[in-house]
Amino acid sequence: MSAAFEFDGRDIAFTEGQTVGAALVAAGVRSWRTTRREGRPRGVFCGIGICFDCLVTIDDVPNQRACLVPADADSIVRSQEGDGRGHLAV
Amino acid sequence: MPADTADVVVVGAGVVGAATAWYAARSGRSVTVVDRGSVAGGTTGAGEGNILVSDKPPGAELDLARLSSALWRDLAVEVGGFEYDTKGGLVVASTPAGFDALVALAARQHAAGVETVVVPAGELAEHEPHLTPSLAGGVLYPGDAQVQPMLAAARLLRAARTKGARVRTGVEVTGFLRSGDRVTGVRTTAGDLPAGAVVNAAGTWGGEIASLAGVDVPVLPRRGFILVTEPLPRLVRHKVYAAEYVADVASDDADLQTSPVVEGTEAGPILIGASRERVGYDRTLSVRVLRALAAQAVALFPVLAGVQVIRAYRGFRPYCPDHLPVIGADPRAPGLFHACGHEGAGIGLAAATGRLIAQLVDGDRPELDVTPFRPERFA
Amino acid sequence: MATSPYDVAVVGAGPAGLAAAAAALAGGARVALIDAGRQPGGQYWRHRPGDLGAVADLHHDLGAFRALVAGVAGAVRYFGQHVWNVSGSAADGFAVLTAETEVAARSLVLAPGAYDRQVPFRSWDLPGVYTAGGAQALLKGNEVLVGRRVVVGGTGPFLLPVAAGLAARGAHVAGVYEANAPAGWARHTAAVLPVAAKLTEGAGYAAALARHRVPFHSRRAVVAAHGEQAVEAVTVAKLDREWRIVPGSERIVECDAVAVGWGFTPQLELPLALGVATRVDADGSLVVEVDERQRTSVPGVYVAGEACGVGGAPLAVAEGEIAGTAAVAAPVPARLRRRRRALRRFAAAMHAVHPVRDGWQSWLGDDTLVCRCEEVTAGEVRAAVDDLGATDARTAKLLSRAGMGWCQGRVCGYATACLTASASGSATVSALDLQGVSERPIAVPISLGRLAGDAGHTGQQ
Repeated sequence: MSAAFEFDGRDIAFTEGQTVGAALVAAGVRSWRTTRREGRPRGVFCGIGICFDCLVTIDDVPNQRACLVPADADSIVRSQEGDGRGHLAV
Repeated sequence: MPADTADVVVVGAGVVGAATAWYAARSGRSVTVVDRGSVAGGTTGAGEGNILVSDKPPGAELDLARLSSALWRDLAVEVGGFEYDTKGGLVVASTPAGFDALVALAARQHAAGVETVVVPAGELAEHEPHLTPSLAGGVLYPGDAQVQPMLAAARLLRAARTKGARVRTGVEVTGFLRSGDRVTGVRTTAGDLPAGAVVNAAGTWGGEIASLAGVDVPVLPRRGFILVTEPLPRLVRHKVYAAEYVADVASDDADLQTSPVVEGTEAGPILIGASRERVGYDRTLSVRVLRALAAQAVALFPVLAGVQVIRAYRGFRPYCPDHLPVIGADPRAPGLFHACGHEGAGIGLAAATGRLIAQLVDGDRPELDVTPFRPERFA
Repeated sequence: MATSPYDVAVVGAGPAGLAAAAAALAGGARVALIDAGRQPGGQYWRHRPGDLGAVADLHHDLGAFRALVAGVAGAVRYFGQHVWNVSGSAADGFAVLTAETEVAARSLVLAPGAYDRQVPFRSWDLPGVYTAGGAQALLKGNEVLVGRRVVVGGTGPFLLPVAAGLAARGAHVAGVYEANAPAGWARHTAAVLPVAAKLTEGAGYAAALARHRVPFHSRRAVVAAHGEQAVEAVTVAKLDREWRIVPGSERIVECDAVAVGWGFTPQLELPLALGVATRVDADGSLVVEVDERQRTSVPGVYVAGEACGVGGAPLAVAEGEIAGTAAVAAPVPARLRRRRRALRRFAAAMHAVHPVRDGWQSWLGDDTLVCRCEEVTAGEVRAAVDDLGATDARTAKLLSRAGMGWCQGRVCGYATACLTASASGSATVSALDLQGVSERPIAVPISLGRLAGDAGHTGQQ
């Protein structure tokens, strides 16, 4: 059974039980966020929820660990910049 | 005197000891700082880095705080590198009665020389857009500032070293060298350190150091927790706290008190306090306290509800029965000076404390009357 | 919210936790089994929801796993729940707190496991550089390959199954670069022979690597990654005895993924939150001190598996069984104690041939990242010591911000402690240093709304 979620305006296929991060890697997406200080690209590193490198915005909630969140066809996944909450800055 | 005699031995490499070392070294004294732990390893490393005038009613401590605020401004230029931020404080009241009391306090502080701006409820959002709209009003204190406290201590010590001071961490004071009543140095785990003057800047452990010299200085620990959030953009511009905080600071109640204190940092995370409990040196994390701090912070800034807490730390603030620090020469042990017991205001008061102690050690008249802080006042 | 107290709460449903829960249930206890994962098995028996038949070829001892899962059928499961704090005492009972619930228990078995230990190297933050365990997790848990052409490096026997798994599923493994010399095993036959099953396992992987024509290089390491937006190549180099690069031995190897691991770091935040006594193990990791019944220094708290010393799944199962048995005050069979002793000896031998030598620090430039979260460089960590007077790892952390970000030093804590010790002239990293970068009173992030007790705040803005 194959399904897909939306990532930055395109479809990413996944199979049942895969995480968002795994589906992105399988689709050839290596990075989906930039760091706060140097703007460096980051994706999955530890794959088990330890390192927080793979932070991503899912359904408007930033800073979720892509390696832990199960892929869901209803999700809208977006890459994020820096702290992921720039829209709240005052 | 032996060749390795220092003019001043400072016991404690926290921010108060660091400021003392800096001012003493700058005035040409040879200085040795000893600490049984590391640089800024005690209460200094467990605070928010407040330099506040807003939380003190008129009196001796406010005078000390005003002097210290001015000195920190100079230190930020002279030494620097410790994230000095003149962000200002915003004290808010949730009820009309609380607002009235706050405005009355602000008027008295203003008369004592503190810059204050009364902010009606309708204008709070201009200063803090994410603040809950359900407040009665607030007072802005542009003179409140913040530093990264560990960096402040480390940078002051580094600057003191450039003036010849020595910093010896991992060295514990085990006793005092005496000549009659007079204190002539300290005994340490690394040998004797003769000195012209010894400064007790041991913070929460200041009472223990004093007792090694046979004098009583009643400094006791008061535990406080701080929550640290994920790194954020600037969501909170000032140090924002509830008016009840001022009452808590001065309270003699041993039970837990919490009042919301919320502020951003240059590094990104928001720091959330403040709790005060008298539980000795119990390091156990109190979930009850953390929950209370979180609830109060979210009540003040609803936007924080979805923000993650990534760390919590506790510290032990050194307090004296009258909530004033101990600053000055100890007539019971000539040659011994105390600079401890600053409770939760140690970072802010450190600059003035260090400067005054350096002046006293030099035999100069201190630029502020230290009589209210005299060590023998508790007898 | 709060439930009536369980007899035993087991935190962690990997090999140790499953065995502990099964043993406690067999002893008649009411048992809660809590794990962050959605499936039992932990990192070792990681798999997707449902059966793990699809990845059976990547796993070992599946018979044992299925027996343990059957054995924990009577436990109340709290899966998919991250524990952010444990507290309490034997006298007052313990509380295990997750964002969703609070589990009360009379005694605790903590089986938190471990994750890959990392040492930094140039550009290791490039996408496409993975931990060895991360590559394994993507494969076992998701059936996803980290790349088409993969370099595997670091030290330790775990590199072999990672490389073999990648090759078995069609990746081209460009090489395995083991920084030590596994021939060192020969000196430890006394420790290895009683657990010959382990050797057979190793031989099986070696055969698998040979079958897939994967080159195995000892005394060589991945010392730098290269690429713009993602890894395109790595530099591998021959190492001398102290792990300094042998001049002129550097080679560029093209790849689109790298998997690196340098042994494992036990997850100690929960045991440390309870104040248990610790020690530094043979591999340089901070571990929990336990007695022959897996008791810690805190009454009512048992710890089993990697948190007591990295030693692999069979040892974790043995320790879990002992802990679960002891937690219900039943006698621990002598065969279990013997098995644990033999497996511990094997682990000690494993650590002896796979040390991490200080020379890795010489691979770093001053601008090499140490802390990936806060983007703190090796130069900045060293400056915290040289300039600012830090003499221990905790102080270096607080002055440099290494380890102050999202992961709270889980990834860089070991490296920061090593760099601090070197810069301050200490011969070794002390338990105090490691403790200073291992204590995390908030064990996983929790939203302020949840912490405040409002169940309505799930992290939504």
